Amino acid sequence: MALSNKNSFSRRDFLKTSALAGGGMIIGFNIFNACKSDVRLPVDLSQLNYKDFNAYIKISTEGKVTIYSVNPEIGQGVKTSMPMIIAEELDVAWEDVYVVQAPLDTENYSNQTAGGSQSIRRSWQPLRETGATAKQMLVNAAAATWGVDANTCSAKKGVISNANGDTLGYGDVVDAAAVLDVPKDVTLKDPKEFTIIGKGKSNVDIDKIITGKPLFGLDYKEEGMVYASVLRPPAFGQLLESYDASKAKALPGVMDVITIGEKARAMLSNGKPNWSVKLSTTDKVVVIGKTTWDVIKGKKALSATWKTETSLESSDDHDKKLLNLVNGKKFRTRRKDGDVKKAFADADKVIERVYTSTFLPHNTMEPMNFFANVTSDKVHLVGPTQTPEAAEEGVAAMLGRSKDDIHVDLTRMGGGFGRRLYNDYVMEAVEISDAIKKPVKMISTREDDMTTGVYRPAAKYKIAASIKDGKLTGYHLKEACINGNMYGLIPNFFPAGAIENYQVDSARLRSNITVGAWRAPYTNFLATAEQSFFDELAEELGIDRVKLHMDLLENVKKNPDPNIEYSPDRLQGVLKTVIKKSNWGNTPEDVYQGLSVYYCHNTHVAEVADVVMENGVPIVKKVTCAIDCGIVVNPLGAMNQARGGVLDGIGHAMYADFGFKDGRPLANNFNGYQLIRMAQTPKVEVHFIESDIAPTGLGEPTLPPVGAAVANAIYKATGRRLTKLPYMNNMDVDEKILG
Amino acid sequence: MPAFNLKINNKTYSVEADADTPLLWVLRDIIGLVGTKFGCGIGQCGACTIHVDGNAMRSCLLQVSLAEGMNITTIEGLSKHGDHPVQQAWKEVDVPQCGYCQAGQIMTASAFLKYNPSPSDEEIRNAMHGNICRCAAYNSIEEAVKVASKKLS
Repeated sequence: MALSNKNSFSRRDFLKTSALAGGGMIIGFNIFNACKSDVRLPVDLSQLNYKDFNAYIKISTEGKVTIYSVNPEIGQGVKTSMPMIIAEELDVAWEDVYVVQAPLDTENYSNQTAGGSQSIRRSWQPLRETGATAKQMLVNAAAATWGVDANTCSAKKGVISNANGDTLGYGDVVDAAAVLDVPKDVTLKDPKEFTIIGKGKSNVDIDKIITGKPLFGLDYKEEGMVYASVLRPPAFGQLLESYDASKAKALPGVMDVITIGEKARAMLSNGKPNWSVKLSTTDKVVVIGKTTWDVIKGKKALSATWKTETSLESSDDHDKKLLNLVNGKKFRTRRKDGDVKKAFADADKVIERVYTSTFLPHNTMEPMNFFANVTSDKVHLVGPTQTPEAAEEGVAAMLGRSKDDIHVDLTRMGGGFGRRLYNDYVMEAVEISDAIKKPVKMISTREDDMTTGVYRPAAKYKIAASIKDGKLTGYHLKEACINGNMYGLIPNFFPAGAIENYQVDSARLRSNITVGAWRAPYTNFLATAEQSFFDELAEELGIDRVKLHMDLLENVKKNPDPNIEYSPDRLQGVLKTVIKKSNWGNTPEDVYQGLSVYYCHNTHVAEVADVVMENGVPIVKKVTCAIDCGIVVNPLGAMNQARGGVLDGIGHAMYADFGFKDGRPLANNFNGYQLIRMAQTPKVEVHFIESDIAPTGLGEPTLPPVGAAVANAIYKATGRRLTKLPYMNNMDVDEKILG
Repeated sequence: MPAFNLKINNKTYSVEADADTPLLWVLRDIIGLVGTKFGCGIGQCGACTIHVDGNAMRSCLLQVSLAEGMNITTIEGLSKHGDHPVQQAWKEVDVPQCGYCQAGQIMTASAFLKYNPSPSDEEIRNAMHGNICRCAAYNSIEEAVKVASKKLS
């Protein structure tokens, strides 16, 4: 998607403007669809209803701009980067821009979702058009004031000037601009003229974060609010049988103990309203109290008995069953080119490897929590969710009420990583408030979060390749995954299109353990398997690893396939850059390098990990990362995302071990589950490819490749191919050394 | 319920709470200082780090009954105008991603730099090892501690 400067809006009805009663101008717009034709903008800021527009821009008579940012902020930086795009085209000084998180309303509106690294990619063009339109109206107003042609005027940093050298500030003409018609054509800037996009801007919430101001869901409070802690079954497959709350009720801070589950069950029996509702059918015991500590203590004082409804599963059994599946014959074929069967039959040599990953909990630093106040008038919800619209729909279905009654206010989120795509905790808070008729904050402890999660599913990949006359002739990938397939959506990723005989098959193992999206779903482990395999394949072929990849990508260019999602040129570009910047092949003798190249979430990435051995333990010292994500909107934010993804990927590949025994998770807090910490982190050096192509996502794409880069480096250091996550379980090292 | 007198950010508070209530929840739910965050409740993640008589401590493990008579500082009281050198460094480097763990990181770093204003890289990495950042902003945190160290020395 290249940029065009001249822009006739095909959907310019996505935006409306109006004068504000107290002076100034308001612009309402929808990013993903048109406004209803009969919709009118409010003339008073207190009337912003978010029913007809998903975002507003206010320009005051002082020339200050307030942007009501539209996408949930989970740490990926869109609360800063999306307003940067508007401000760029509007041409105001960034210092004059204020950003307010818009609450949710969904009458006309979809996709207020943070997930899949799509926020920037999808909103880039409409945000630019909105900014440019507002600017044009201000210029038109100034031109009318001067009685000159608007084409002879220009605007920069909030000041409009004409050929005579006269100047007017945006604030001076905003009232006049507000009543003008929305222009049909506007000119977007040439990316070379950008002064805000591409310049690092600090997180807009930085001052609040560093001084501890209330920002997050957990910080939200209302007069009369009580706290709730929920006791859920300790094992997947169990339901509540009975409970004794007498000890809990005797505690001074405990106000009540109730059960919930009936409303959720009734809703589930009618069919789930949407995919974000992941709820079990069990009853749950809820302790209501005056403070969080009161309800945590109260919950510990409960005694409950559980009955087994379905089987109590263990990871050892999953492992055997997944292995049987990848070795079996029951698959759904996702893509088939040529004839792998024949290629394998004709081959001089076939290599075949099985790669294994565990379940993973999300472990957002801010545990799941939500505020709910269900009254006969309305349902007020406040908290962190990546899918506010789906939450609203679920709550409406559960309570049997109109969506108009439900109002969701979003807070900043203490991490998402996919966990807050699912609204089980929102629904619980609502069911509690509905039962006790009070405003309530439901808070999960770390133990609740880790043991009743929505996990990245355990999976196995079996990858085989055929070699004939020293050449790669076939590639066959088989996936076995728990509940849903990781491979489902991406059959057209690399190496599709690069190998004549190519097939991808997937199989599914049913389980009662709840699974779902986890940062870079589908690819977070697939990339590890695939890029580890290619390293081994290059060695088998006796071809340089870099050359193998460049040649395969050359094949794609020779045989264009419209279904292929990645760009072979852009993948070659990041590969070349990372090889140069990492000093590939020219490092000191005790530094071992591993390479990985990957495309996902519309972004192309190549990474090289430098590993040294200390006391027999592999230590990742440095990761060099080359990224092609199109135009980099906010280099500071982009750098943070890229580095964080790399370190997160290393941490989970090296240390994250999570499984089940008789339905119970084997870890429940950070003493039994290791997240990466500072002394274990390498330096991450990031190189963005210069580009004038529209931007793509960065929240996820640097994570998937890094596991294989590390594994390939460890292979060079130890001669050992790692195929099972987490790697540290395979290293035979003394626990004491790991610390 | 017993009452406790606490000295927090140079102010005195009298609070009623069970004696075993962790200071974390007294700060957050009773006093309303919510900058100190809950992450794990068992002293493993550092999100709840505060200063007690100048030393970094986990408020999730400190019972309110033991906190009487101590000088307690939370992120809200680290500086009057949010301009402690560590806060300034955090801003300059633009450390936070989701931002949830950062109060704890800042409290750990400020206590550490007070006693070791010019640390080596390795000392920084070890001092900050107890604070988990799930967004893995570790490179930026490390850089910001160095920037703060320069400001302090």
